[in-house]
Amino acid sequence: MTDSALTGHAFDAHPHSDAHAHDDHQMSFFARWFMSTNHKDIGTLYLIFAITAGIIGGAISGLMRAELAEPGIQYLGYWASFLPGGEQGLDHSLHLWNVLITAHGLIMVFFMVMPAMIGGFGNWFVPIMIGAPDMAFPRMNNISFWLLIPSFTLLLASPFFGGAGNGWTLYAPLSTYGEPGPSTDMAILSLHLAGASSILGAINFITTIFNMRAPGMTLHKMPLFVWSVLVTAFLLLLALPVLAAAITMLLTDRNFGTTFFDPAGGGDPILYQHLFWFFGHPEVYIMILPGFGIVSQVISTFSKKPVFGYLGMAYAMVAIGVVGFVVWAHHMFTTGLSVNTKMYFTAATMVIAVPTGIKIFSWIATMWGGSLTFKTPMLWAIGFIFMFTVGGVTGVVLANGGIDDYMQDSYYVVAHFHYVLSLGAVFSLFCGFYYWFPKMSGKMYNETLGQIHYYVFFVGVNVLFFPMHFLGLQNMQRRVPDYTDALAHWNWVATLGYKIMAASMIVFFVNIIWSLAKGKPAGDSPWGDGATTLEWTLSSPPPYHQFETLPRID
Amino acid sequence: MRRIGIKSIVLAASLAILSIGAADAAPQAAPIAPVAKPVEAAPVAAAPATTPAAPAAAPAAVSTDPMLAVDGAPAMAIDPKVGQPVDGLITIQPQVTPNGRQALWFHNWLLVPTITIITIFVLLLLIWVVIRYRKANNPVASKTSHNTILEVLWTGLPVLILLGLALPSIGLLQAQYKPAPKTAVTLKAIGNQWYWSYQYPDNGGFEITSNMLKEAGETGKGERARTAIDGPRLLATDNRVVLPVGVPIRLITTSNDVIHSWEIPAFWIKLDAVPGRLNETSFTIDKPGVYFGVCSELCGARHGYMPITVEAVTPAVYAQWVKAKGGTMPGAAAAPVTAEPAADVTANVTGPVADGAAATGPVRNTSATANAAGAGTVGQ
Repeated sequence: MTDSALTGHAFDAHPHSDAHAHDDHQMSFFARWFMSTNHKDIGTLYLIFAITAGIIGGAISGLMRAELAEPGIQYLGYWASFLPGGEQGLDHSLHLWNVLITAHGLIMVFFMVMPAMIGGFGNWFVPIMIGAPDMAFPRMNNISFWLLIPSFTLLLASPFFGGAGNGWTLYAPLSTYGEPGPSTDMAILSLHLAGASSILGAINFITTIFNMRAPGMTLHKMPLFVWSVLVTAFLLLLALPVLAAAITMLLTDRNFGTTFFDPAGGGDPILYQHLFWFFGHPEVYIMILPGFGIVSQVISTFSKKPVFGYLGMAYAMVAIGVVGFVVWAHHMFTTGLSVNTKMYFTAATMVIAVPTGIKIFSWIATMWGGSLTFKTPMLWAIGFIFMFTVGGVTGVVLANGGIDDYMQDSYYVVAHFHYVLSLGAVFSLFCGFYYWFPKMSGKMYNETLGQIHYYVFFVGVNVLFFPMHFLGLQNMQRRVPDYTDALAHWNWVATLGYKIMAASMIVFFVNIIWSLAKGKPAGDSPWGDGATTLEWTLSSPPPYHQFETLPRID
Repeated sequence: MRRIGIKSIVLAASLAILSIGAADAAPQAAPIAPVAKPVEAAPVAAAPATTPAAPAAAPAAVSTDPMLAVDGAPAMAIDPKVGQPVDGLITIQPQVTPNGRQALWFHNWLLVPTITIITIFVLLLLIWVVIRYRKANNPVASKTSHNTILEVLWTGLPVLILLGLALPSIGLLQAQYKPAPKTAVTLKAIGNQWYWSYQYPDNGGFEITSNMLKEAGETGKGERARTAIDGPRLLATDNRVVLPVGVPIRLITTSNDVIHSWEIPAFWIKLDAVPGRLNETSFTIDKPGVYFGVCSELCGARHGYMPITVEAVTPAVYAQWVKAKGGTMPGAAAAPVTAEPAADVTANVTGPVADGAAATGPVRNTSATANAAGAGTVGQ
């Protein structure tokens, strides 16, 4: 019932790797990387894409923290002068701020976390972990990735056509009659493409996991990372079409005279919010569930113990996925919902804390009695557990509809979702990256640099995001480039935290480059006996095609 | 350094203001007195504006007050620790409504302790596990992977804790949704890009417009720059919303363009202003003072530049202010001004909210369905 009972090299494809090594040698660079049907190569492309998008999205947040470091508008006008038309006064500068927050949100959600978690690690390790040679639909896998390129290009180009300053939620009517010009249309089309990419990816993962498991790999023997991707794929498949519908209605409202969200024609702006959050709330679990899976693998590996309460862990994720679809209106507590609606969504939202609690306690119980080693991935995993707990408990506060008459759209909310995303999802991404870097590249990363990265990043993001709780409680609203002078202190501290975090990222990139160039050979299973999933039975990096003879799981 | 500077400026400004109305009061020692005294002085101060024949009992400093000059609103000193952010603080703003205090109690005495205990508990478990089960202390890992009792416990206990939180949470919602009585004063807040306009449908339907006060040097033609007496930067407005204390207020929000959100954190009130909808809530302010809020829904470029300023005054002062604005008092609000025609009283007292609002509001898109959705769902 645990991840896998495998030991050693029972199903090693390594001895045969010579036989198919010719595959990648015969391919041209273009054919291998631009016409790829190989899940590992596509996974690598996804990871490179996500890192690139992460650098852009992170740089944008740096611009934002720079502007927010002190009261008053310091830099926006200067930055706006680089856009077409040059600097055009205060409103133009303030609009640039809204463009920045919109871009930061959309990039981090759709072009950093999702491609890294699902496209990157999911593509790389789901087929290997279930003992499959590749994904079920390799060509569809390729189009999933390549749809992201025009999607991201559209989004990045939109600031040069005026800029979409609607926030990542694209609320109507600010995104319909509130914002003329082509840039919001470009952002909407960008989301359409990213959504199509994710839907295709989700179909691919579901088909692969249901049909291509190796003999003996029952659903209840699958590693938890595969479980997490399976649940995520279902969330994507059910949630994204609703987003597609909502933003299509935005498009027709904007361009073809419909009035879905315009009260002048009988429409209702709140309808958009219901549709958006019916997608948007599952979306936040889409971003965190694969992280749960990664952390489960890492905790088990470095504790040298099977995951505690495997079935509870798997079905807690299923429960989170199901309940995640019936809590959406807690994002809309101040829109004028009726008291019964607010009571229901308050109660339903609180329920999510139960399966989440099961996961937190099961991770600790996995470590309990184990023989722990603290390599970099394990540090990220332990940090994840604590930081996700902090982000989770403020979620319990925000679940109360009555409390949100104070908290809604304040920095308290910003602090909450950055604790679960920037300290939750991102910690799990780094966790997975350090954990699987030796497997993917064949080289060990530098352990010292990795640990420095972890500790400095940990301090940085906490200094960055914890004061945002205070700012929210003192009533700083979201999405403003300037604030009243009495909010200066904690904003200054937050910007200091950003600088610390940014310094740690330099260590990270130095580590990657150094390790890719000069890292020691990783060996097949650098993490020792605790690593029991199938990827550690292969060479590092794995052969171009693995499992030509399917492994058999006891 | 700069932070201390701001503090001292604010403190100095407030002291300067207080010295007009209250000679001896120190803001820390008697927080209520400095606020209350200017209020009592205010009717006298307002008198020159409304009745020119009245003797100028107020000091000359008050009669040249910018508040008076602009709209006839009574001048009121601002308590720098109430109704606005205070630098460096980590807590919720002081609450001046009964529902606000109930919510504050729920947050401070139930939610915060619960989440703190849970977080510390998880942290202690992690620290214990990391120390006790590190490889040096525990070279051979156990193979335990199940413990049914434990798993039932850590599923059941959180359920109980959440039930303990859910019950007061539901109670808070019930209190917040208690409909305003018929005697309530109605304030209709209308969001615009990027300012608020307000209507007082129970007081003759007069309208005021509230713009953020710009800093000296940033003002355009005919605009007045913010001074210390107006309030903090980005929070002060040219026309404050004046509301009576001790009287239930019915707040109705809507918008003329995109979605905005009206809030005063000291009231624990935040309500989106949605085009085509009338949202309604109610509150009762029980302490005179000046309270600041900000637009809390992204509404375009100047989203951060459309603050909300409420000046809560005694009903008597409120009546004076309404009269100065050319409005009428229905009489039911226990105001001393009773000269209004009886027909007006009954119309305001018996008229349903939606009617009153629709009758006075030239608001775009106030369709029948929107009324049903907004006003009809309140107070079930």
